Amino acid sequence: MSSTTHGTTPYYFVPGPSAYPVMSAIGLLFVIFGAAQWINGHQWGAWSLLLGMVWWLGTLFAWFRRAIGESESGQYGHKVDLSYRWSMSWFIFSEVMFFGAFFTALWWARTHALPNLGSLDNALLWPDFKAVWPTMAPGATGSPADIVEPFQTVGPFWLPTINTALLLSSGVTLTIAHHALRADHRAQAIRFMWLTVLLGATFLGVQGYEYYHLYTELNLKLSSGAYGSTFFMLTGFHGLHVFIGMLMLLFITLRLRSGHFTPERHFGFEGAAWYWHFVDVVWLGLYFLVYWL
Amino acid sequence: VNDLAGGPAVRQLNLPVGVTKIAEEQYFLNNAMMILCTVIFIAVFAVMFYSIWKHRKSVGHKAANFHESVVVEVIWTIVPFIIVILMALPATKVLVAQKDTTNADLTIKTTGYQWKWGYDYIKGEGEGLAFISTLDSTHRALSDAGAKGEVPDDYLLKVDNPMVVPVDTKVRIITTANDVIHAFAVPQLGIKQDAIPGFVRDTWFRAEKVGDYYGQCQELCGKEHAYMPIMVKVVSKADYTAWVDTKRKEAAAKQDDPNKVWTLPDIMARGEKVYAANCAACHQANGKGAGPIKPLDGSAVVLDADHNKQIHVILNGQNNGAMPAWKQLSDTDIAAVATYTKNSWSNKTGQLVQPAEVLAQRGK
Amino acid sequence: MSAVIDPHGHAHGPGGHAHDDHHHHAPTGWRRWVFATNHKDIGTLYLLFSFTMLMVGGVLALLIRAELFQPGLQVVNPELFNQFTTMHGLIMVFGAIMPAFVGFANWMIPLQIGASDMAFARMNNFSFWLLIPAALMLVGSFFMPGGAPAAGWTLYAPLTLQMGPSMDAGIFAMHIMGASSIMGSINIIVTILNMRAPGMTLMKMPMFCWTWLITAYLLIAVMPVLAGAITMTLTDRHFGTSFFSPAGGGDPVMYQHIFWFFGHPEVYIMILPAFGIISQIVPAFARKRLFGYASMVYATSSIAILSFIVWAHHMFTTGMPVTGQLFFMYATMLIAVPTAVKIFNWIATMWQGSMTFETPMLFAVGFIFVFTMGGFTGLILAVAPIDIQLQDTYYVVAHFHYVLVAGSLYAMFAGYYYWAPKWTGVMYDETRGKIHFWWSLISFNVTFFPMHFLGLAGMPRRYADYPMQFADFNAVASVGAFAFGLAQVYFFFFIVLPNMMGKGEKAAQKPWEAAEGLEWEVPSPAPFHTFETPPKLDATATKVIG
Ligand code: HEA
Ligand code: HEA
Ligand code: CUA
Ligand SMILES: [Cu+2]
Repeated sequence: MSSTTHGTTPYYFVPGPSAYPVMSAIGLLFVIFGAAQWINGHQWGAWSLLLGMVWWLGTLFAWFRRAIGESESGQYGHKVDLSYRWSMSWFIFSEVMFFGAFFTALWWARTHALPNLGSLDNALLWPDFKAVWPTMAPGATGSPADIVEPFQTVGPFWLPTINTALLLSSGVTLTIAHHALRADHRAQAIRFMWLTVLLGATFLGVQGYEYYHLYTELNLKLSSGAYGSTFFMLTGFHGLHVFIGMLMLLFITLRLRSGHFTPERHFGFEGAAWYWHFVDVVWLGLYFLVYWL
Repeated sequence: VNDLAGGPAVRQLNLPVGVTKIAEEQYFLNNAMMILCTVIFIAVFAVMFYSIWKHRKSVGHKAANFHESVVVEVIWTIVPFIIVILMALPATKVLVAQKDTTNADLTIKTTGYQWKWGYDYIKGEGEGLAFISTLDSTHRALSDAGAKGEVPDDYLLKVDNPMVVPVDTKVRIITTANDVIHAFAVPQLGIKQDAIPGFVRDTWFRAEKVGDYYGQCQELCGKEHAYMPIMVKVVSKADYTAWVDTKRKEAAAKQDDPNKVWTLPDIMARGEKVYAANCAACHQANGKGAGPIKPLDGSAVVLDADHNKQIHVILNGQNNGAMPAWKQLSDTDIAAVATYTKNSWSNKTGQLVQPAEVLAQRGK
Repeated sequence: MSAVIDPHGHAHGPGGHAHDDHHHHAPTGWRRWVFATNHKDIGTLYLLFSFTMLMVGGVLALLIRAELFQPGLQVVNPELFNQFTTMHGLIMVFGAIMPAFVGFANWMIPLQIGASDMAFARMNNFSFWLLIPAALMLVGSFFMPGGAPAAGWTLYAPLTLQMGPSMDAGIFAMHIMGASSIMGSINIIVTILNMRAPGMTLMKMPMFCWTWLITAYLLIAVMPVLAGAITMTLTDRHFGTSFFSPAGGGDPVMYQHIFWFFGHPEVYIMILPAFGIISQIVPAFARKRLFGYASMVYATSSIAILSFIVWAHHMFTTGMPVTGQLFFMYATMLIAVPTAVKIFNWIATMWQGSMTFETPMLFAVGFIFVFTMGGFTGLILAVAPIDIQLQDTYYVVAHFHYVLVAGSLYAMFAGYYYWAPKWTGVMYDETRGKIHFWWSLISFNVTFFPMHFLGLAGMPRRYADYPMQFADFNAVASVGAFAFGLAQVYFFFFIVLPNMMGKGEKAAQKPWEAAEGLEWEVPSPAPFHTFETPPKLDATATKVIG
């Protein structure tokens, strides 16, 4: 069950005093302080933000490296592994709720705010407003106050559909990599991991291109009324999560290359994979609710 | 101080009985709930204090050993369940009634501004009347001075132009707001309805007694939230007709010709009044502003030779409505107040803004 | 990162659950606290932090009460008054009450379930230290141009769009606090699910752990939703989005829905751990096991589940369709049922017991009595037609201070008196504890009871000045508030401080005759490391047998 010597697994690993947490918190202080100043027109805020970010990411890097070291030296027993599994699941649950808030905003804007704004009673305030989603569709009269510049909306073809294909296939390649790892075919696992990362990166590239296209050609912007707000916040936060997930996968790939993980024990791999699948599912939601409907 | 008829009473302990059916129902419901809750409370805590008294160690009571009973648990789940259902039934009836705004005889749109109420009579007798209602400015000054000395009974509740409605008439109130959320509330009439910018909501009342009824804005709306009272004057139907008549005449007399050309002293005098009534709350009488509120004294926009810049800000507001839009003011008033700010305090531009300039900027 | 101190983890020796591992001495000096990975130290940090915030929030409350002592403006201008109200609410909720319960969780959950520490000790410390930047930003916002946020703790749009730069500081601070809460909750859930000593089944677990398990679940579910809402506020303020702006097709009421979807579960987040503490204390002093343990667990879960479908009872006056009002009224009233079960179970626990009334028990009984009054006013508010009269009046203020101060805060006092002997190794002074209790109980009611009358008479909340007719009750409330505040100063200087300095009678391992649970199986004060190897438990999972 437990033992006194180092190198064998303790019943439950409890780390000793650590400076990482407090250092991270200091980094974040600089981040939020800088951000609050920056968006209020103080340019120097950006420097504080940058410094804080670098500091924080550096600390996280060291922190995670330490944790990986502990894991690889076999100090994390079965119990710790289970803790990680629970924690990752709950973390993903919290992310689901976060996206839930934005999906709710989309739903509310379409099925409550918009019809209400265009209702008979509301004609007292916005007599010319015709409620059609998106606010710039044919027959619509733009936003109630007509403050939104005309824009065109995006459908699912072709970029979003290509992206759907990319993400779905990245899910497949990831699963192949996982099977390979379990079968101890490390080289194959690494190859498919690279492929997965590449697919993720391509997704981001395509999305970046799409944004560019929207901003320059369709005049669809963050400021394009409720449609633009929900569109960009949802796809933007999703993109951010793809980016984070991709980083996770990248580090997992690098760890695979340096011989980490065993066919039996590789929670780091699985955690990243869960996250990736979560990001995938969110995308499917976006694909249908934002682009199709 | 004395009780204020139609407003709060000194050390009032309960809801007002009210002068509408709905208010009475609310009063009744609240009393019923109070009594029921008090009875349950006493019953429950009688048991607890009995136990505290009898089952103390110091009187030698020995602890029993039971700690479970499904039967008891089921009973005290079902009984409260039944009680809340009994409570919900009459509430449902009142709720449905108070939401029924159909078949109103008179419809008034009330708009919340920071920090005043605008009333537009949009349907029924008096249709077309529109005016703004603000707190009596002496009361505001009294508040700043710490409300010392003789304080009137209607302190903070007196307005310049009350909403006037006929008795025994179903009045539908449509609420909306110009800047942030306000709430139109008059306890004696049993109504409270948030006024939400960009949306309309409605409520109704039918006052059964002639009198003055007071309320206050009940949704935090910025710094003068405590200073936007509501006064509803319920008058007999004949008086109402008379009131509508005089109000119509007044309005006609007040109609300014937007093409009239003003002289500086005349328009300054007018501007000073408009400023005191609308702008001074934020920008202060000395034009220095306060906190996030920009000073007008020395402001570049105010001093600018291009009048349209300032007119634009006054008409449309600025900073997400932190500076609200004032398009509800007349062209003459806006021209007057612009002229006033251009020639007050250390601002000595000598510029004169004419109503026609404002008219030209409207809708731009 | 060479300065990072991070010695290897502990590989613990067998045997002695209650002995300090002789290989590892407790770290000393400031590093012990700043680099802490020990759940007890982190718990202490949390408790000290939250008490500090209680003082800050309390001083703001007293400033509010000073202004409201008489009609007219005397102390502050209306703008500053709104800042005080807003910051009082935010600081009390996010700075005082929530972290304090996390502090209790840190200290007690590993002890109660026989775990060596929290599941993620470093992340635990991170959760704590995140609160410091957040608090700095929040309190510091008073010194930003335009002053602190003044839109109420609910931060309703579009008033938030008019706020100065401090609003952004506040939003970021709340993001950080949210992250802290989420990580803290994950830690607590994982600890409870994964680190219970063998034999400590879920249904044998102390109630405090159960209530925290459910609270943590609520936190993880709703904190991200709050983050979403305030992020939308942020982008509406600075990046041109129109979530809450009707001019662009958005809706201010949408903010309220999202906020209260967080906000209502939030109020249960602030009360469920209190229920847990009370459920530990009442049996201990009634010398009788908790009545209806299983039904307590089910009731707590029901409250949590119901809490997700009642949020719009804060929005009865926004003009919902009548069906919406009816639904939310019924659902809200339903919550009285599981809460009733809890109250009845406590009383049944006392029934036929053999009670003594040391300070923890006094506060527990005080809690049950006064919290129930707050619960009843809640029920009255839930009746939509009545809420039309009472929404945004002092009746609501009275309601939530009855449940938050006489509820959450009292439970924390009760918990302090109950567990401080374990934490500090010395007993508090019983007489002083009783003084603290009676003084608090009386002054609390003097402060907040008159607010019911004010609300019924129609005095709106968040008002810097009010009509003359409300003067007398306001004066009474203000006097009460200062007395109540003084009681808490007394508590700190005459009870907490001596305890912390180790003054007082030495506490026994189990100072309470009939207390049950593993925390009483370790010495007082609890040694730095406890249960480094899982203890062997008896059949009831309340005693260590090997
Ligand atoms: C700890 C925090 C806490 C708790 C536990 C509660 C508990 C409850 N609250 Fe409260 N509430 C708040 C904190 C809390 N509240 C806050 C902070 C606000 C204001 C927010 C703001 O606007 O700033 C608020 C506002 C608020 C409102 C909105 C008021 C308004 O703004 O108009 C409503 C309306 O329904 C409400 C209802 C309830 C109900 C029904 C309960 C129930 O859970 C109570 C259940 C308990 C009992 C009923 C008593 C015990 C039961 C018995 C003894 C059994 C017998 C009883 C019967 C059979 C009836 N609360
Ligand atoms: C969560 C917990 C919590 C707690 C513990 C409290 C505690 C107190 N609250 Fe508050 N309160 C809220 C949560 C809480 N409150 C919320 C959420 C709001 C709504 C905000 C909003 O509208 O947005 C609110 C609003 C609120 C208002 C309404 C303001 C308004 O509408 O304008 C008032 C008014 O009296 C008030 C008073 C008090 C008082 C007197 C205490 C007392 O219990 C405080 C006691 C503590 C101390 C006083 C500190 C200790 C003393 C010292 C440090 C030394 C100085 C002492 C002396 C010299 C005597 N609170
Ligand atoms: Cu308008 Cu408060
Ligand atoms: Cu609620």
